[in-house]
Amino acid sequence: MAAAAGRRWVTIARFAVRRLAAMVAILAIVSFLVFSLLALTPGDPAVLLLGPQKATPEAVARIRAEFGLDDPFLVQYRDWVVAALHGDFGRSIRSGQQVTDMISERVGVTVWLAGYAFVLTVLIAIPFGLVAGMRKGRLADRLATASSLVALSAPTFAVGFLLMYVFAVQLDWFPAFGSGDGFLDTLWHMTLPAVTLAISQIAIVLRQTRAAAMDVADRDYITFARARAVPSRRIWQRYVLHNASLPVLTSAGLVLAYSLTGAVLVENVFALQGLGALLVVSVAQLDLPVVQALTMFTALLVLTTNLVVDLLYFAFDPRLRRAAVAA
Amino acid sequence: MSQVTIVPTLSRRTEWGRLFWVCVGFVAAVAITALTVQWIAPHDWSAQSLVDSGQGPSSSHWLGTDALGRDIFSRLLAGTRTGLIGPLVIAIGAGVLGTALGLWTGYAGGRVDGLVMRSIDLVYAVPPLLVAIVLVGLFGGGYWLAVVVLIFLSAPGDVRVVRAAVMAQRELPYVAAARTVGVSPFSIAFMHVLPNVTPTVTANVLLQFVVGLIALSGLAFLGLGVEPGSPDWGLMIAENRTVLDLNVWAVAGPAICITLLALAVTVIGDRMFEVLTDRTAAR
Repeated sequence: MAAAAGRRWVTIARFAVRRLAAMVAILAIVSFLVFSLLALTPGDPAVLLLGPQKATPEAVARIRAEFGLDDPFLVQYRDWVVAALHGDFGRSIRSGQQVTDMISERVGVTVWLAGYAFVLTVLIAIPFGLVAGMRKGRLADRLATASSLVALSAPTFAVGFLLMYVFAVQLDWFPAFGSGDGFLDTLWHMTLPAVTLAISQIAIVLRQTRAAAMDVADRDYITFARARAVPSRRIWQRYVLHNASLPVLTSAGLVLAYSLTGAVLVENVFALQGLGALLVVSVAQLDLPVVQALTMFTALLVLTTNLVVDLLYFAFDPRLRRAAVAA
Repeated sequence: MSQVTIVPTLSRRTEWGRLFWVCVGFVAAVAITALTVQWIAPHDWSAQSLVDSGQGPSSSHWLGTDALGRDIFSRLLAGTRTGLIGPLVIAIGAGVLGTALGLWTGYAGGRVDGLVMRSIDLVYAVPPLLVAIVLVGLFGGGYWLAVVVLIFLSAPGDVRVVRAAVMAQRELPYVAAARTVGVSPFSIAFMHVLPNVTPTVTANVLLQFVVGLIALSGLAFLGLGVEPGSPDWGLMIAENRTVLDLNVWAVAGPAICITLLALAVTVIGDRMFEVLTDRTAAR
């Protein structure tokens, strides 16, 4: 038994290592594409850095030499990768600030927003999705399905303004702007943005959970468990939730990984100074080092979440653990 | 006895349902508005009048005016144009590209399949809307650049869905039969498998319309894509956020338009998938 368990961990570890290798390969290719943006973007970064007035030929030449802009493309790429692996993404073309400093200043707001929204999503989408799937066609299901359809059709920023108008402008329950100080104040400031972001995510996770629960609902073991008078709490937790957990996990991972996309729009609506707002400003100002760093950061986030979800499959599904040994 | 068998066969033909026709009617009305807006709009949608700025609904301006005094109702009507054409081009472009690739990789398998699927994994490493924001922003792009970028970002989704449907078909007897009598792989994929995955393809094209509409309006909201000042629902929300407390319709109007159009197309897509699947299976 102990030997089997040991072999199981070895196989899972081997799977993790293989996935990690694939992740590094994808990151390498993404980094190359991201860096190539620099070469493709119109305009000379040196001129941008100096501004049109100060861009004398000598100054431009000095800047180009300083930043290695005259080196061959692949040499520039290598230098950038080596620096990036040491956690150095260079300086902003606009502010001259270290890119990593700019990101760490703003990451807190986005993590708050995404985390708060994720908690709301999980707490609302999974129970309602399970109930809707188990009671297909009944009132609860029709309500859940219809409202998730509307939530998917409404653009995130439109939902944000609607909530802002009702709860900040009309009722004055929540602040319309700013991110607050201290835990409770931040919680209060972040409620409307987090609800906005959560609404689109809830719809996605709810639909997946409902489909997974529908798949479980007609199974014999549920009928049999009911016939044996297994407590309904136990049926819901051990029989329904556990068996529906894989699709739920996948969609929850997906919304978490993609929450930076939603954050771009939500931060814009509520004037929050997070990573999404930073991305929009940097793109508008052609501030390439910042754009490159943020894109890499997003890719890392998405790939890591996917890897964690894949590994969690093993934790949730004993059949996969056994299959891993057999394979 | 014979009646008993006939009745179920007849009732197998699934009905479209009332909701479906309501949604089709709405989309048709939007399309007609887009074509005729220059004649039916009550006001010139770009005429500014600073005296009338930020007014609530009145008898002359049904949904009030924006910060520059432009008529919201007329701008909403004019917004049907960018609201329809871009998503339509995205849906069809991505549909054609994705279906062709999905059919080919799903049917042929092997090295091409591996290569295409690995590149799709790559595309999904960065969320599509972020890629669109970066590309359209950096290249100073207009509406059509945004449309082209979104075609390429949406196509991988089509490839995945169509490929999965084709792989399910590949094992069916009719494919083996066609192969045995010497039909070329190309015509098996396009002449025999494609008709059988039509429900998936149709539903997917309509879904991509919705995704395209939401993505384009998001880009427009961020000031990317459509020209500044043009009547576009996403851009209107961004422009009118400052008059939210003066005339809520300046923001709510375009938001409702986007949502209703997306909702109607989603319902049409879901229903078409169900009905077409039923009818394909019944054949």
